[in-house]
Amino acid sequence: MATSSGHTLKAFDDDLDRLRALISEMGGLAEHAIREAMRCLQQRDVQGAALIVENDAKLDALEVETERRAVQLIALRAPMAGDLRDVVAALKISGVVERIGDYAKNIAKRVPLLETMGNIEPLSLLPEMARIATEMVHDVLTAFVERDADAALRVMERDNAVDDFYDSIFRTLLTHMMEDPQSIGQSAHLLFIAKNIERAGDHATNIAEMVYYAATGQHMTEAQTGKKP
Amino acid sequence: MNEIPTPILADIDEPPADVNRAPKMSARDVSVFYGDKQALKDVSIDIRDDRVTAFIGPSGCGKSTFLRCLNRMNDTIPSARVTGDISLDGQDIYHSNMDVVQLRARVGMVFQKPNPFPKSIYDNVAYGPKIHGLATSKTEMDGIVEKSLKRAGLWDEVKDRLSESGTALSGGQQQRLCIARAIAVDPEVILMDEPCSALDPIATAKIEELIHELRGRYAIAIVTHNMQQAARVSQRTAFFHLGEMVEYGKTSEIFTNPRERRTQDYITGRYG
Amino acid sequence: MEKRVRRRYAAERRFRLLGLLAIGLSVAFLAFLLINMAAKGLGGFTQTEAKLTIDFPRSDIILDPATLKGPEAKRAVASADLEGSLNASALRQYGADASDLFGPAAARQLGRDLISDPSLLSRRADLWLPVASAYDVAAKDQGSAKAEQVIAAIGAKGALQRGFNADFLVASDATDSGVVGVWGALKGSFLTILVTILLAFPVGVLAAVYLEEFAPRNRWTDLIEVSINNLAAVPSIIFGLLGLAVFLNFMHLPRSAPLVGGLTLALMTMPVIVIAGRNAIKSVPPSIRDAALGVGASKMQVVFHHVLPLALPGILTGTIIGMARALGETAPLLMIGMRAFIANPPQGIADPATVLPVQIFLWSDEVGRGFVEKTSAAIIVLLVFMLLMNGIAIYLRNRFERRW
Repeated sequence: MATSSGHTLKAFDDDLDRLRALISEMGGLAEHAIREAMRCLQQRDVQGAALIVENDAKLDALEVETERRAVQLIALRAPMAGDLRDVVAALKISGVVERIGDYAKNIAKRVPLLETMGNIEPLSLLPEMARIATEMVHDVLTAFVERDADAALRVMERDNAVDDFYDSIFRTLLTHMMEDPQSIGQSAHLLFIAKNIERAGDHATNIAEMVYYAATGQHMTEAQTGKKP
Repeated sequence: MNEIPTPILADIDEPPADVNRAPKMSARDVSVFYGDKQALKDVSIDIRDDRVTAFIGPSGCGKSTFLRCLNRMNDTIPSARVTGDISLDGQDIYHSNMDVVQLRARVGMVFQKPNPFPKSIYDNVAYGPKIHGLATSKTEMDGIVEKSLKRAGLWDEVKDRLSESGTALSGGQQQRLCIARAIAVDPEVILMDEPCSALDPIATAKIEELIHELRGRYAIAIVTHNMQQAARVSQRTAFFHLGEMVEYGKTSEIFTNPRERRTQDYITGRYG
Repeated sequence: MEKRVRRRYAAERRFRLLGLLAIGLSVAFLAFLLINMAAKGLGGFTQTEAKLTIDFPRSDIILDPATLKGPEAKRAVASADLEGSLNASALRQYGADASDLFGPAAARQLGRDLISDPSLLSRRADLWLPVASAYDVAAKDQGSAKAEQVIAAIGAKGALQRGFNADFLVASDATDSGVVGVWGALKGSFLTILVTILLAFPVGVLAAVYLEEFAPRNRWTDLIEVSINNLAAVPSIIFGLLGLAVFLNFMHLPRSAPLVGGLTLALMTMPVIVIAGRNAIKSVPPSIRDAALGVGASKMQVVFHHVLPLALPGILTGTIIGMARALGETAPLLMIGMRAFIANPPQGIADPATVLPVQIFLWSDEVGRGFVEKTSAAIIVLLVFMLLMNGIAIYLRNRFERRW
């Protein structure tokens, strides 16, 4: 249910807007971290990777700030119905986005270890996978800010693409490892990186469920989640 | 593979529902006119006797008017006209063979501003039973007074000064005295019209606790403009707006996920 | 800013002064009246007494001591011409000019003394007896020159004193201002007011209750309200005419009786009580009514158990005002004939009687000098009576006053 007019108490609107802005900011940082991590991986940019690891602290700080603001809003404004669902969703989403940021950090940490790696096929698939996952995160957070339940539903569908990518990369890397035992170390890293990106996509769908509930007050049905059994 | 049983999640504060029991009071298509002005439009609602029903809504939306229909207090307003059906235990309360005085003994009322009689505390509580002939001896009356004051949570504070004037008590105590007075005639329904709006938070909390304790014994309908109070105290909430009942449902649902836009706007504070 | 504050203070001071001035003026008028009355009237409570030495065995008073102890005592005393005997003694003692020194008052006093002590008849005694009104007036410096001379002479002998005139309060009207008293008028006033209250209060209160609580609001009740308001302003003499036409000419009730007076005054007082009653009932807060209705009281129970007790102080105030007005009414009572000369106090409400204000009016018409101070004295009695009545009523009102 989209909100019609603003609150009679304008400060309440301001507080909610600020909360959403924080989530947007966190989302932006997380997306940037994933994209940067991919770039550093492609270009073997060790310094860039180190920067990503450093910047993760910002994301952690934002999560703390979001939690603080959400708690304050509940105490002081006594939000009801849609507003209450929004605030609780913001609280949960901030935690999830922070995990996504951690995944990006994790990828960045592995870049120095792959410095000497050659160009293998999985390497070229990863950026595309990451692009879809990043798009999912972007879209789902936009859906949150705009309280768009349908956009959240659409995000759910793309997770299958990410999963398919993961399956494909997994098989390729397995074959690669079997063919060239020397490359097991690096392939293992690539495997973990792929896993992180796949987890990021899963988290985006979790966020999509939270957004759906916040916007409509109903939980997504099994069919809507489209989760494979 | 065994099915993992879905846990039956009981609603907060919801007593086990006995759906086979008829509602205590029932209103169907009730409209109220003051002269030519329509104050209430086609309100239909059930009031069950095992739960507290709250009426919320902005000022002038008709919630107090509706409450006053339930014990025919609107009869005292000459220009008021009530249409529709309201029944208590299946009997139409506006029927000509329903004695208004008896009705008001079965459906008691507590008002917004505490209004004890300018008599002693004892006489305040004893007045109702006296005029209805509920006690045949002084000891019986003493018993009724003590029981009512205990149920209203006032006994310990006033048991040594029953002959003092009721108006000498504090605001919260006066309101509890009024509740004791309503209870003394052994009603079946208690109507409360913004009972706490003139009281401080501590007195309010005591009365809310009292409402919780009274819940099993009497059907309680409470009008309040304090949404938090409705949320704390009731199991069913009806939202009134401009003379219509916009939405009625479980309190937990109304305040977390209302169906109507107007309800959502009101409870989230979007009055614009 | 300063100037505004100062102007405000000045305005407040001016207002306070005006208020004090108003009160001062009212008090001054009241004081003037009271002092005037007191100066003129206090004398009426006293009487001049002269000492007379009577040698009973040797005088020409023929009375049998035995008769004095029996039931015929008063009649015997009345027929013994005590006045003549007294004046004969006075003639002997004080000279020819004092041949009418004593009047019926002295005779009455002597009679009372003899009845209480018949043994007087067998000895010589010095008695202080009230002088006749002409000499009483002279002693108060308002009489004829001759009388004043006599008085002065007696006074020089030390045989004059001032005493309290208890008779004034217990005697009834008479032709002689020396023996006149207000008792008859007091009793008449009391009986009349009793009839008035017994009629006006219940009817007025019940009318107020009905009009305010039970009557529907329509054009008829509006008409009634306007009529009652107008009735309260009607000049009282109109009620007298009404009384004359209805009670005396049509219903043939006894003329000059407190019954008729009371009926007439009741008609006059009732609108005041109804108006005060309606206002008092209107001012009972609706919360009390709601509370009583909510507990299941019927309309009648609400009115009689809750509204009326709370409205009682206001109703009593209205009653006090009405009664005070009725007590002082003269014109309507004159019209229904309570102006006759009544020598004996009324025994019941159907006996002819007069009321105090009328008595005052009649005395003020009298020629005798003595009546001037008696009139003022009667006014003082009337004022005291009214104060007493008001005092009782206010006490009653305060007792019923309840805080809500």
